[in-house]
Amino acid sequence: MATIQLQQVEKKFGNVHAVQPMDLTIQDGEFVVLLGPSGCGKTTTLRMISGLEAVSSGQILLNGRDVTWAHPSDRDIAFVFQFFALYPHLSVWQNIAFPLQAQGESGANVEKRVAEVAALLRIEHLLRLRPGALSGGDQQRIALARALVRHPAAFLMDEPLGALDAELRETMRAEIKRLHIDQHATTVYVTHDQIEAMAMGDRIVVMSNAVVQQVGTPAEVYHKPNNLFVARFIGSPGMNLLSGHYTDGIVQLLGSGRYPVPESWDRALKARLGQHGTVIVGFRPEAARIGASGALAATVYATDMHGGYTMLHLSMEGEGGEIIHARANRREHFKIGETVRFDLHPDMVRFFDAETEVALEEVR
Amino acid sequence: MLKNQAAPPATSQPKPGRQISDRTLSQLFIWPTLILLIVINIFPLFYSLFLSFTNYSAIANRPPEWIGFANFDRLLNNDDIWGYFALTGRYAVISVGLQTVIGFGLALLLRKKFRGSGVITTLILIPMMLSPVVVGLFWKLMFNPSYGIFNYLVGFTNPATAPDWLANSDLALWAVIIVDVWMWSPFVMLLCLSGLSAIPDYLYEAAAIDRAGAWFQFRRITLPQVAPLLLIAVLFRTIEAFKAFDLVMGLTGGGPGDATQMISVEIYSQAFLGQFRTGRASALAYIVLVIIIAVSNVYIRTLNKVREG
Ligand SMILES: Nc1ncnc2c1ncn2[C@@H]1O[C@H](COP(=O)(O)OP(=O)(O)O)[C@@H](O)[C@H]1O
Ligand SMILES: [Mg+2]
Repeated sequence: MATIQLQQVEKKFGNVHAVQPMDLTIQDGEFVVLLGPSGCGKTTTLRMISGLEAVSSGQILLNGRDVTWAHPSDRDIAFVFQFFALYPHLSVWQNIAFPLQAQGESGANVEKRVAEVAALLRIEHLLRLRPGALSGGDQQRIALARALVRHPAAFLMDEPLGALDAELRETMRAEIKRLHIDQHATTVYVTHDQIEAMAMGDRIVVMSNAVVQQVGTPAEVYHKPNNLFVARFIGSPGMNLLSGHYTDGIVQLLGSGRYPVPESWDRALKARLGQHGTVIVGFRPEAARIGASGALAATVYATDMHGGYTMLHLSMEGEGGEIIHARANRREHFKIGETVRFDLHPDMVRFFDAETEVALEEVR
Repeated sequence: MLKNQAAPPATSQPKPGRQISDRTLSQLFIWPTLILLIVINIFPLFYSLFLSFTNYSAIANRPPEWIGFANFDRLLNNDDIWGYFALTGRYAVISVGLQTVIGFGLALLLRKKFRGSGVITTLILIPMMLSPVVVGLFWKLMFNPSYGIFNYLVGFTNPATAPDWLANSDLALWAVIIVDVWMWSPFVMLLCLSGLSAIPDYLYEAAAIDRAGAWFQFRRITLPQVAPLLLIAVLFRTIEAFKAFDLVMGLTGGGPGDATQMISVEIYSQAFLGQFRTGRASALAYIVLVIIIAVSNVYIRTLNKVREG
């Protein structure tokens, strides 16, 4: 079991930052997800933790021990590669036994541990085959088995489900989560899929352009995004973001909507902007409450049925009215072009500085 | 263009005397090669098989006379011939063994790119590109006991006591082996290098994560991954070693005495020296052919086993 600490860890390839200096503390037994679009530095971060990539500066501590310059084999960390990285010339059994034999474990012990982990992952029937003969899901199970068999202090997984098809991903996602619950090993999990991140992570580290944008629980990054990037990136569709001009308790939206600011936010806006200034209003689709008395109005642009609910795509009224997304009861029916009035749930509204794109803090 | 294609293919009807069809053209290209192959490869192959059952001699002015298996009988009951086979086998095992170890070792050293590694690789490959006759001649100079540089390099600095490699019947075989290893280790290295460069880096990354030491990685990843190409190199070199002729002729001519009388040299001696026993030489050549095919088969089976695991 292990805690992992990154202190001002940074990686440059030539002059290009793959990872800007970042701080992160991962608690013992925690499941942390690194989430971000492709090329944002997730893999590089993971490889630095594992020791496969040298840091450009900063420190990595494992259980408080400085391992910044330690060889991967001195870190007692297992790594599940994006494309499995199984040994193609060895049988499944030999693949799983590899880490044990490399440590010089006795034959009987190797037999026993491989059998245990094979039972855990239900791959006993594959042990004699070569990895090349297996499906993607089975290959990933072998890769997990190879990581698990050693009882490492921590697991690092680089998009382990990225190469699998959608249905299998669901199954494997559940298996990995279950494994984590059973083993309770510290895990750092990389993905670019925010749904996967929300589903699996105790905490999510959102990255973009080599910079950590936010670290928080799934609820925090969803409901209280630090900035516009996180607001847009998390959720499908992302947060609705409307720019407007704040004056004296009212935000005059682009187009013609007028949104009266809830009191706790009014204080925050005043503190930031003074009497007036530009601001961005953000709200999740489920924060829109549709009803005749709503302060905002929009016309129905399109509707999607989602079984449990209906997703409305609304065009805000007035010149330059933006498209927003709102969740509605599945029993209500909306005609294209119909005008809909709605309000925003006061606890679910967020405000962002239009220039820095950073979220404002509510003042209670 | 389109218009031309759409038009009826009037041009496909050959006009006599002016155009030749594709079929005729391809035959024109194929037949000269085929005739050449038949005349200088296929015909001698079967003719020599026929000759191996006769007492034909190329210088005797009489037609080949069928004598059945007499040639094979005499050859296989001749202790000298068995001695030459044993000599060739020993030469092949030692020479190919050394080439494998040295070539693989060089490949491991040159595997990681460093400043000048490209130039060094090219320099190492030069011996392999030289003509064996040239190599034989200049190693003859190098081995020369009075002015050759080889003795000096290996530590015999006094010409009076230095060995004469090519004239000493204990050393002559080793001299041939040294030259063969010098010339052909680069070939093994080349194949091993291409095998090594085909091993993906992620296998070593996985092995580092799995806490494998350098020796464990070598045994469990590098060696099995290179094995198929290494075996191909060994196969080629073994076949060549069994046919060793040009280097031996250039260096020792089979001597001193019969200290380096490899089987191919013996075939040459039977065919072109003394009585010009063309028939018997053909029989010996066929025996060698059968042995080489058998040895190659063993290798190829091993190779397939290595590939499938
Ligand atoms: N070995 C490398 N050499 C140069 N640039 C690299 C190397 N590895 C990654 N990068 C760059 O660093 C950035 C982050 O890469 P990576 O960590 O793989 O992103 P992610 O895993 O989030 O998709 C990318 O711009 C990538 O091109
Ligand atoms: Mg990646």
